[in-house]
Amino acid sequence: METQVKVDLTSFRLETRKWLEENCPKSMQEPVTDANQLYWGGSNGKFSSKDQEIWFNKMLDKKWIVPYWESKYGGGGLNPKQNNILNQEMSRLGCRKPHINFGISMLGPALLKFASEEQKIYYLNQICKGEIRWVQGYSEPNAGSDLANLQTKAEDKGDHFLVTGSKVWTSYGDKGDFIFCLVRTSTESKHTGISFLLIDMNSEGVSTRPIKLISGKSPFAETFFDSVKVPKKNLVGTLNDGWTIAKYLLTHERQMIGGIGDTDKKKTLSEVAIDSIGVTDKLLSNSSIRSKIANLEMNEKIFELTIQRALDEHKAGNNSGAVSSFFKYYGTELAMQKEELRLEVNGFNSTEWTSEESNNGREARYFNRSKGHSIEGGTHEVQLNIIAKRVLGLPSK
Amino acid sequence: MALVINEEQNMLKSSAKELLDLKSPISHMRELRDDNYNQFDIDLWKEMVEMGWTALTIPEEYNGLNFGYVGLGQVLEEMGRKLTVSPMISTVLVSTTLISFSKNEVLKRKLFDEIMNGKKLCSLAHEESSHHNPNVNLSIISKNDEKFILNGKKRFVIDGSISDYLIVSANNESSGKLELIILDSKSKGITFNNKVHMDSKNYSDISFNNVEFSNNDFLSSNDDGQKLLSKTLDISCVGLAAEMLGNIQQAFEMTMQYLKEREQFGVKIGSFQSLQHRSAIMFGEIELCKSIVLKALQAIDSDDQNLPELASLAKSKLGLTSKLVTNEAVQMHGGIGMTDDSDIGFFLKRTRVTQRTFGDSNYHLDRVAKINNY
Repeated sequence: METQVKVDLTSFRLETRKWLEENCPKSMQEPVTDANQLYWGGSNGKFSSKDQEIWFNKMLDKKWIVPYWESKYGGGGLNPKQNNILNQEMSRLGCRKPHINFGISMLGPALLKFASEEQKIYYLNQICKGEIRWVQGYSEPNAGSDLANLQTKAEDKGDHFLVTGSKVWTSYGDKGDFIFCLVRTSTESKHTGISFLLIDMNSEGVSTRPIKLISGKSPFAETFFDSVKVPKKNLVGTLNDGWTIAKYLLTHERQMIGGIGDTDKKKTLSEVAIDSIGVTDKLLSNSSIRSKIANLEMNEKIFELTIQRALDEHKAGNNSGAVSSFFKYYGTELAMQKEELRLEVNGFNSTEWTSEESNNGREARYFNRSKGHSIEGGTHEVQLNIIAKRVLGLPSK
Repeated sequence: MALVINEEQNMLKSSAKELLDLKSPISHMRELRDDNYNQFDIDLWKEMVEMGWTALTIPEEYNGLNFGYVGLGQVLEEMGRKLTVSPMISTVLVSTTLISFSKNEVLKRKLFDEIMNGKKLCSLAHEESSHHNPNVNLSIISKNDEKFILNGKKRFVIDGSISDYLIVSANNESSGKLELIILDSKSKGITFNNKVHMDSKNYSDISFNNVEFSNNDFLSSNDDGQKLLSKTLDISCVGLAAEMLGNIQQAFEMTMQYLKEREQFGVKIGSFQSLQHRSAIMFGEIELCKSIVLKALQAIDSDDQNLPELASLAKSKLGLTSKLVTNEAVQMHGGIGMTDDSDIGFFLKRTRVTQRTFGDSNYHLDRVAKINNY
C-alpha cells in the first residue's frame, strides 16, 4: 500500500512538472514585485498581458485555480500531499499564482466551515472561476481594534435585510464585486448580535471612496451602505452568530499577513548591502549595519523554523503552543524591521519618491506601506493581548 | 526531518524530569552552593550514570547507547530547569563528543569505558583569553627526545577542579598545527587557580609548565586537531543552548505564576497590560528558541553540513533571549527578585555565565555573518 502511494505521488509529480513546463508562459515564471501584477479577476478584471490570460485559462481548464477544494465546488480535488507537490513544482519553476482573490484565501475557508451546502456550491464555484472579486467589510470608523463595537445595521424586513452604515479599510473596496460583511442584527449583546452577510456591491445604495495612504497609494477604500436591500439567502451561518465566523476568518487573515515578508526574494538583505555598502577584508564595510543585518537574518531563519515546527507538531497531533496571533505579530514585526533596515542599507536611494531609477519610489513606498502591518488584521497590541490572555492565562483583574 | 521529538526522546525527557524532580530540585543547587560552592554530588552522579546519561552519545561498538544528541539535549534542557549541578556539560557534552571524533582507538575505548561507568571526569581546556577565540592559541607542544612537553596557560576550564583528565588544545611547535592531548590532571607541572563564578560554579585557570606526556596521549592525528575542536565546539554550543532553553522556560513559568498571585492596587499584577505585553513577547521569543535548539540538535544527529551556522544561530539566539527573559523575570518579581531567598536570581546568574561560554551572541552573530559571506 505504502509503496503504491509513493509511486502514485512520484508519477503525479512528474506529470505536474511536465505540464507546468509545457503550459506556463515564460513571462509568468518571472517573480512579481507587486500584488497588482497578479490577476485579481472579477467583473472588472483585466489581464495585464496575453501571457497572463493564457496562464489563467490553462489553470482554469485544469481546475487548478483552487486545486485543493473538492471538485463539486469547482476545485481540483487534490489531496494535501498532491497539493503540496503542485506548490513545490510551481515554486521550483517560479510560476506565478494564476489568480489571487480574498474569496480564495479568506472567505472560502469560512464558507467551507459555516455556509449551507447550497451557498457553498453557488459561491465556491464562482470563486474557482475567478468571476467575482471579493472584498472584506469588517472595520468601521468606530470599530477598529474594538471590532465587536461595529454599528452597521441590518434590519429584518421579512424577505430581505435593510443595511445602513459604513465600513472602512475595505481592501481594494472600490474594485470589488461582492463584500463579505459583519453587520449588527441585534443590540442586546455586543458579541452575539453580529451576523455575517454577503452583499452585492452593485446594489442600489452602495458607494465607495478610496483612501490615500502615506505610501501615496490607495489599496483601501471606505464603503457606504445607504438603505441597501440584501436578500435573506445571503446570510452565512446562524443569525447573530457572525462573531464566531469573524474570529475564524481573522485567524486566516493573520496567517496571511504573518506570511507577508520578502518583497524581493531574489536577494537577501546582506547581499543587497554588499552591493550598496561594499566589503573590506571580506566583511561588510559598516560594522554597525552588519550586526543589525545578522540579527535580523537570525530571527528570519528561526521564525521560518518555528512555522515549520508548528506544522510538524500539528501533523504529529500536538499543539505547539505557538498561535496565529504570535505568527501575525512576529511575522509582521520582522517584515517591518526589514523595511526599516533596507532604508539604512540603501541610503539616499531609498527615499527617492518619484524618480525613474527608483521605479517611482518602489522601496520608499513599500517602507511606508509596511507601517500598516502592525495595524491591520488586529494591531500588535491586540495580538499581544490575545497571547497574554488565551495562551498565558494572565488575569483580567 | 520533522521538527518534533519522537516518542523515545520524549520518554527520556520525562524520565529525566522525574529523576531531577526527586533528586535535584532547585533547592539542591542552593544547598550545594551554601556548602562552600560544592561542585559535585557523587550520589546524584551515580544516579545519572545508572540512568545511562553518560552513555547517551557513545556509539554501540563502544558499548554506548547511541541515543544521539536530540536525546542528550532533552536531558540538558531538564537540567536547565532545575539548575542541576553535575559534570554533564564538561564530561558528557564536551569531552565525550571530542573523544568520539578521535582516531586514537586505544585511548578512545579506555576513556569511553571510564566515562560511561562514571569512574572518571574530564574537562576541555581551550580558552586562553577573556573572550572565546578558538583561532588564537599560544600554548605550545615541543618535543624533547621521545617525550613531548606542554607549556601554556588556559582559562575558564569548566569543572577543572573536579576533573580527572584535562583535554588541552595546543600548537605543535614543529608542524604549527593545532593538537589535542589528554593529560592526567595530577601530572607534574599543572597548577590550578580555581575560581567561583556568578553561577556558583567552579571554573579553573590552569598553568602548564613543562608538563611531560607521551605519543599515546594525542587525541588528534594527521593535523585534524582544528577540525576536532571546531566540531566539538559547535556541538557544545548546541548542548549548552539546550540547557539555556530549560533555564528560560523555568524562569518564565515561575514569573507567570508570580504575576497571577501577586496583588497590588487591589488587583493581580498580571492584569496590567504593560506586563502582559512584555510577557507575550517573551512567550514568542521562547517559541523561537525551541525551534532553533531542536533543529540544531537534529543537525548534529544527521551530520548536517549546516551545523556550524545552526550552532551559531542557536547560541546567539539563546544568548539574547536568556538576557531578555532573566532580566524581565527579576524585574517582574520586583523587590522579591532582588533577594537571595528567591530562586529567580539563580537563572539570571547562571545564564550570564553560559551566555559567554563557548562564545557570546556577539561572537556567534559575527560568525553567522562570515558564514554567509558578509
